[in-house]
Amino acid sequence: MKQLISFTKKEFRHILRDRRTLLIVFAMPVVLVILFGFAITNDIKNAEIAILDNSNDNLSTGIINKLTSSGYFIKVKTLQSNNELQQVFRDGQIKLAVVFPEKFSESYTHNNKAQVQLIADASDLNTATILINYANSIILNYQQDISKSTSNKTLFDTTIKMLYNPEMKSVFMFVPGVLALIMLIVSAMMTAVTLAKEKEMGTFRVLTVSPLKPSTIIIGKVIPYLALSLINACIIIILSMFIFKMPIHGSLFLMFIVCIVFLLTAVSLGIMISSMVDTQQTAIIVSIIGLFLPTILLSGFIFPIDNMPFILQILCQIFPAKWFIEAIKNVMIKGTGIENVWLQILVLNLMTMVFITVSIKKFRQRNA
Amino acid sequence: MNSIQIENISKSYGNIVALKDISINVHKGEIFGLIGADGAGKSTLFDILVTLLLPDKGKATIENLDVVKDYLKIRKLLGYMPGKFSLYQDLSVYENLDFFASIFGGTIEENYDLIKDIWVQIEPFQTRPAGKLSGGMKQKLALCCALVHKPTVLCLDEPTTGVDPVSRKEFWGMLKRLKEKEITILISTPYMDEAMLCDRVALIQQGTIMAIDTPLRITEKFGKKLFSIHSENLYRLLKDLRMYEETHSCYSFGQDVHLAVKSQATSKNDLAQYLFSKGHENVIVKIINAGIEDTFMELMNNSLKVES
Repeated sequence: MKQLISFTKKEFRHILRDRRTLLIVFAMPVVLVILFGFAITNDIKNAEIAILDNSNDNLSTGIINKLTSSGYFIKVKTLQSNNELQQVFRDGQIKLAVVFPEKFSESYTHNNKAQVQLIADASDLNTATILINYANSIILNYQQDISKSTSNKTLFDTTIKMLYNPEMKSVFMFVPGVLALIMLIVSAMMTAVTLAKEKEMGTFRVLTVSPLKPSTIIIGKVIPYLALSLINACIIIILSMFIFKMPIHGSLFLMFIVCIVFLLTAVSLGIMISSMVDTQQTAIIVSIIGLFLPTILLSGFIFPIDNMPFILQILCQIFPAKWFIEAIKNVMIKGTGIENVWLQILVLNLMTMVFITVSIKKFRQRNA
Repeated sequence: MNSIQIENISKSYGNIVALKDISINVHKGEIFGLIGADGAGKSTLFDILVTLLLPDKGKATIENLDVVKDYLKIRKLLGYMPGKFSLYQDLSVYENLDFFASIFGGTIEENYDLIKDIWVQIEPFQTRPAGKLSGGMKQKLALCCALVHKPTVLCLDEPTTGVDPVSRKEFWGMLKRLKEKEITILISTPYMDEAMLCDRVALIQQGTIMAIDTPLRITEKFGKKLFSIHSENLYRLLKDLRMYEETHSCYSFGQDVHLAVKSQATSKNDLAQYLFSKGHENVIVKIINAGIEDTFMELMNNSLKVES
């Protein structure tokens, strides 16, 4: 016990004295959260649009007002002709154009049908799709409003409801991913590097020749990094709650349980990596290829797993991050209880056990 | 009473034979030197003794504990200083010592008298990070760390490699004092001059032991008449001496050439005349006793001849 305490103390000293480690531990979560929150986002605000209003009546101005007051669109140009339309798109001045035909209002009241044309710059497909969706739903809303107030004409009525994330904020999508990423970096990579460093510096030989048990060494390494990652998780959650107004629907306690379960998986993964490599450099390369790329690409963090080819979907199942992101989304955003996350917790715990078993097997006390 | 007993140990890495049938006995409380060039197999032997490596064949015991079976018991009574500087660079001098004391379940105070002599020399720097110490200081700290749990056997793998001559001398002084405390010391070194400071030495070359004895008795095995010759042109001197018909072997040692001759009858005058005829000037010829290095070279040549 005394040995474990002094070993843990030593580890904390290593961490606190290394500026690079501190930077990774404390600056990275902040930078990542802010980066994903502000810069790398799918949300669109203040998109430039142009209007070509050939009828200029009540209905068309009503729609225009509705669009521009939504906060999503800014009118930068009022066009006079179709030719001009081509020009502004080519110049890249606008992302979306709204075209009203002649006698717009008239056709609406008499024929019960009116067409608005939305033209988007699809060279940026993602933005175009999102803008069309936004504009579409605003126009539909408007249509509903006037149909209620004027008469009892029944109109085709489309309602879209975005469950759990009504404002379609991408913050909700990336916070679980960033949590997974940072916990992997801090716990898995740092643990992998720290043991590899001891091997590289030759201190590992002295530790091996000492009466220290391998389990003491491993636990002594795990405790500090577990503590650090928990602090990290708190930083990320607090940042996303206060800066991005992310609501937490589920219980905080359950969320922490999920985090700790995942952290243990990450740390044991780190130890497994370091039990197999001899230098810090290999530890870093293995961590990047084996942990970060799958976490970013194959965990549902950025690309939805359901859209992947079958083989990749199978592959996704073996990465811990996929299970963690699922569980944390359930708790945080959907507000579900243990009944919907027990499977993920079980899978993560099983993974932890496999990693630990492999590391103990590989943690050589002697070479043959 | 033997502290370390090595019987017929062999070890190969693939096709490369690192140790070939090695047997050594180290007595309790002696300083035993393992002398050999880089790649001779010293470190492999050390790894086997400190229970980091399993031998292919043979048996070794430390304090009657088998290095393969009882390795956990051995680790408690062994002090080990690896060849590479292996302290925590970012921890201070004191923190390093404290850490190594605690992983053996002890404290610095418990065995303070053992390390006192060495510790007082580095105590002024105790708050400095170990990575910022000079080579000699690092080595003293490493020795303290290896001693702080009061080991009965101390294994030092090339502790003086890369250390300045003054620190090396001090280091050997410390070892002599540790010997008085009945600690068995096994030390490896590539420096032949340090061999003379050991109680007994084993000369090791290409995984085999060439000789085990006290340094003095080893030098007596040389058995040839040896001259030390100085001349103004060292290179030409060496070339001419190699052509000399009485020459058994000759090597340059610093500014001089050590020449072993085939017959005891060869005199200083014979040599002086030969060199004069070759046009050498200011020639100084002395008869000397063989040192460890001379013997090492001689034994090495013999074993090479046997092989070919």
